Amino acid sequence: MAEPILQLRDVKTHFPIYRGFFRRRQVAAVRAVDGVTLSLGRGEVLGLVGESGCGKSTLARTILQLVPTTAGAVILNGRNLGEANARELLASRRDLQMVFQDPYASLNPRMNVYATLAEPLFVHRVCPPGAVAGRVGELMGRVGLAPRLMHKYPHEFSGGQRQRIAIARALALEPKVIVADEPVSALDVSIQAQILNLLAQLTRQMNLSLIFIAHDLSVVKHISDRVAVMYLGKIVELGGAADVIERPVHPYTRALVSAIPRPDPDAERTRQRIVLPGDPPSPINPPGGCPFHPRCPYAVERCAQVVPPLAAFQGREVACIRAAEI
Amino acid sequence: MPLLAVTDLRTHFHTRSGVYRAVDGVSFSVERGETLGLVGESGSGKSVTCYSLMGLVPQPPGRIESGTAMFDGVDLLHCRPAQARAIRGKRIAMIFQDPMTSLNPYLRISDQLIEPLLIHEPISTAAARARGLEMLAAVGINDARRRAQSYPHEFSGGMRQRVMIAMALITRPELLIADEPTTALDVTVQAQILELIRRLQKELNMAVIFITHDLAVVAGICDRVQVMYAGRIVESADVRTLFANPRHPYTRALQRSIPAIQPKGAELYTIPGLPPDVSKAIPGCPFAPRCEFATERCERTPTVLAEIAPGHAQACLRVQAGEI
Repeated sequence: MAEPILQLRDVKTHFPIYRGFFRRRQVAAVRAVDGVTLSLGRGEVLGLVGESGCGKSTLARTILQLVPTTAGAVILNGRNLGEANARELLASRRDLQMVFQDPYASLNPRMNVYATLAEPLFVHRVCPPGAVAGRVGELMGRVGLAPRLMHKYPHEFSGGQRQRIAIARALALEPKVIVADEPVSALDVSIQAQILNLLAQLTRQMNLSLIFIAHDLSVVKHISDRVAVMYLGKIVELGGAADVIERPVHPYTRALVSAIPRPDPDAERTRQRIVLPGDPPSPINPPGGCPFHPRCPYAVERCAQVVPPLAAFQGREVACIRAAEI
Repeated sequence: MPLLAVTDLRTHFHTRSGVYRAVDGVSFSVERGETLGLVGESGSGKSVTCYSLMGLVPQPPGRIESGTAMFDGVDLLHCRPAQARAIRGKRIAMIFQDPMTSLNPYLRISDQLIEPLLIHEPISTAAARARGLEMLAAVGINDARRRAQSYPHEFSGGMRQRVMIAMALITRPELLIADEPTTALDVTVQAQILELIRRLQKELNMAVIFITHDLAVVAGICDRVQVMYAGRIVESADVRTLFANPRHPYTRALQRSIPAIQPKGAELYTIPGLPPDVSKAIPGCPFAPRCEFATERCERTPTVLAEIAPGHAQACLRVQAGEI
């Protein structure tokens, strides 16, 4: 892989929990992201999967510096965003943008499409005021919306169209990296297909890097080059999308993949599902050793003692000390 | 005789901005012990169909314009309220999509769990509590005695959905209506809940109407599937036929747009346009404006659900005419 555009080095984001009113003291922390190392190549689509509470959305917010990092570094184009001051951070947003899950909540209902898309252009002074309207029209065309809808408000659009507006807003500054947090989860199947095609086409045309977060593995496999699987704030498996999802190695990835229902009645009735016992543990007091060991069908005593490092295994990276045995 | 037979159900909502034909002429039946899937995108009328049967449609603005729903000889839509009350919650139970909002946050789990029993059966509170604990254990809640004393907020999403299922099944219903019971849950928890519904269905020989938008979930749990679009059923078949040989253009388009069965990276098929506005009268086929096979005739001619093979019905005029 050529020089990466975005690197995460041992990133941790913890949310402290305080007790006491007069003597406020920190009693614990929610370890939402707990030591993530990743790199994203130019033009690459990296899928990030995991169940609710695994820290994938917090990781997205950490990359954008919407929440402060507790430890580690987020490096965009050679610059550590954690050390950047407000002005530098604002400048970095030209290269780094985000698309949120809920297009009903992420657009300002009192701003029409023109105002929404023109705002980043004005803030970053990327084009002369006279050219803004033309640029907004061009952006709308790029995401498949007719420029004549420019003066309409979010409530006049359907969910899919709103997500297109949100994508156009992210594209306005021609960023190098877009972080999309569950961009299709709130949409119906037929609309989801439209948005997936649009994202795939845009990353190709604009040589855009994309971090695509979703809980639907078939969607992630479809769009991503590589996939990272998260569990309790840590990456447990990272590798080529088809590899990881068709031949998972880590016991958690195996269980996750086996839980996805497949649209094939015969296969559904015959195949063996790995049904995990219980719920994911709380990230406040995560289990010692491997975070997955209390639910893992392959766990041995040593799993409770050693924190498994993310190590190369069969052309991918896996955080399991028993990867070679199981 | 089927357990439930719905004929020509029409549920419309009369609002200031017009009449919304949420359910517009739906007929189907459910046999004992069978699982029927109702699939469709948001706004297709799948939930309103079931709400109509359960008497959960707010009237006004809603109005059940026509139709009958015969459940074991009683018409649920036209019987006396007392008759309906004796059936709903006892012989027909329902579970909802969002286990976070469908439990009462002020009541302990044990209290809300046994409520249906106390209402419907001559049973003492102590005996009801014992049945409640049995039921909690049956849905896989460990340490049921202690957990029954908790409040809903102390439970995770998957556990709450288990409580909902225990509550629905405590009266041993003959029909369970499950409205997107796993949509709000993670895949691993979804797998647990689907497994649970399958197992309990077998034990109680219960019929299930399973509402979902997820074709993959349908494949695993349903015997028969009905696809809804704009308040109508467009295709109905047993699950294998529906996946192997879908005939209606909407069903086919839906299948082509799910990433799971397409080669990786290939452009997904997209259905152009948006679902129709059900507040306007649709004279012909509701899917015609988005259909690649539509002709002028499709826009004008009313469609009917007709059998094209035993047990396989669909509503496309051109398929019925043998043209596509």
